Amino acid sequence: MSMSVPVTTSPPLTPGRRAWRRLRRQKAAVFGMSVTAVFLFTAIFAPWLAPYGLLDIGDSFVPPSPEHWLGTDSLGSDVLSNIIYGARTSLIVGVFAMATSSVIGITLGSIAGYFGGWVDDALMRLTELFQILPQFFLAIVIVALFGSSIWNIVLVIGILAWPVTARLIRAEFLTLKRRDFVEAARSLGMSDRDIIIREILPNALPPIIVNGTLQISGAILLETSLAFLGLGDPNIMSWGTMLHNAQEFFNRAWWMAAFPGFALFLATLSLNLIGDALNDVLNPKR
Amino acid sequence: MSLLIFVIRRLIYTVPLLVCAVTVIFILVHSAPGNPIDYIIGEAGADSELVARLRAEMGLDQPMLVQLWRYVLQVLSGNLGYSLVSSAPVLDLILERFPATLLLMASQYTLSAVIGVLLGVLAARRPNSALDTTLTLLSLTSFSLPIFWLGQMMILAFGYHLDWFPIQGMSNLREGYTGWRYALDVAYHMVLPVVTLTIFNLGLIMRLTRASMLQVVGQDFVKVAYAKGHSERTVLLHHALRNALLPVVTVVGLEIPGLIAGAVLAETVFAWPGLGRLTFDAISARDYPLLMGMFIFISFFVIVANLLVDIIYGLLDPRIRYQ
Repeated sequence: MSMSVPVTTSPPLTPGRRAWRRLRRQKAAVFGMSVTAVFLFTAIFAPWLAPYGLLDIGDSFVPPSPEHWLGTDSLGSDVLSNIIYGARTSLIVGVFAMATSSVIGITLGSIAGYFGGWVDDALMRLTELFQILPQFFLAIVIVALFGSSIWNIVLVIGILAWPVTARLIRAEFLTLKRRDFVEAARSLGMSDRDIIIREILPNALPPIIVNGTLQISGAILLETSLAFLGLGDPNIMSWGTMLHNAQEFFNRAWWMAAFPGFALFLATLSLNLIGDALNDVLNPKR
Repeated sequence: MSLLIFVIRRLIYTVPLLVCAVTVIFILVHSAPGNPIDYIIGEAGADSELVARLRAEMGLDQPMLVQLWRYVLQVLSGNLGYSLVSSAPVLDLILERFPATLLLMASQYTLSAVIGVLLGVLAARRPNSALDTTLTLLSLTSFSLPIFWLGQMMILAFGYHLDWFPIQGMSNLREGYTGWRYALDVAYHMVLPVVTLTIFNLGLIMRLTRASMLQVVGQDFVKVAYAKGHSERTVLLHHALRNALLPVVTVVGLEIPGLIAGAVLAETVFAWPGLGRLTFDAISARDYPLLMGMFIFISFFVIVANLLVDIIYGLLDPRIRYQ
């Protein structure tokens, strides 16, 4: 997990470098970053790491053994390999859903916070509406209607998750836009667009970074929940689909449920640990 | 002035919200690939006579806005359509299952609120102590747990392995208990799902309480309470907590949709005969009217629950006079 460290100035410490140092001192954060690094590595190099291919089918219900470290499932495919490929799906869903919701949330939040007035009112009513709708059920309906391809799922999660980002960005803009440096930029004749993008936005990012890590874990959990209910992409291996399949064979093959779920738990936990530590470091006010 | 007027005003405010929810569903169905009729009669229904009749009944030849208006009126009058599978009214199916879900939610919610708030106060008593750090880590762990997996592991451990608790359903159908024996049997079946849900929701409430307590304990009225010679226990639980609970109530109100989602997932794991199982079956059968009805019903429930949260907030906070 690389924190972007600005390289414009060398010592004394830049804010980014100071944050990085404080982060390294927290054990929980280090644990989170290490697990996330392993998760990223696994997801990227899945085809080289997995001992079996997705289509390699052998005996069903083989318990954990030297040939199949984590056993095989009801169809006879290797659980460990499936988990490794599933990491890829989770990573794709997490990152792209977060990116989608961030783009929407940052755009709308900046506009609402910067311009204020009726634009702000209208956009805030919209976010309130989005927040009161039961998102999980909305996601179920949309995916059931429009199909459960992975990109549909990413899009749905991204579209449902933007209000939090928008509210955070708006709150930052409301305070930042009254600062002197914004006044200065305005008196120099900078356009609104440039002020928003070049002046205010870089200063409004810390809470968004924290929120971003939480949104990645939230998106991963939502995707696996949908897949667990039977709305996963049938062409892709997902941890949620594995747990869905395990549900029927509980008493026969505990390993079908135990391991994929543990992988999911580790991934979300470590992302949340990173988010929590970043929150301490980047927003010390509490 | 007051409570009644406030409640009436908020009730009126719920109507446009509900209309919005219905509109969202309407737009979705009409922009989904294929004909809306396909979602009503399913893929098998190629009977052209039936299609023509439905088309007329649903007013599909009318302009969009007219269709929307009719749909909204229909939903507001309590007609959520008919299930594709059982052809029973969707609202009846939902209402039949809802009490089981409500029972589960109310039990786990009471438990996690009480335990969560107490642990939060405990953690906030000595910030950054070993106890605080441990509790904070535990709370993070609790809401990182995928609830369906947690449920599955509970079943493996306490159901199959130790055989302490029943793992499926809401009661033992074979015995056919009645009266208090039945109630006891339901309680026995509830243990695992309720514990699962409580573990999952505990963390968030604890975390919120802790953060909120930390903000309150520094304030003057808490110092005054100490200066008056009250014990730490009295000050924390009576003076500080009362104020610290306000933001907790707000956020928990916002989390109600999440609570229902968690309940639905847990119910699926434990084959609890509530909305969760209904959702699962509706998804497997692609029962679109049922899924849409579920969304509208739960939107309505969330809106009403938020109204209740606002009232509780008003009761807790003497500064708020609902105006």
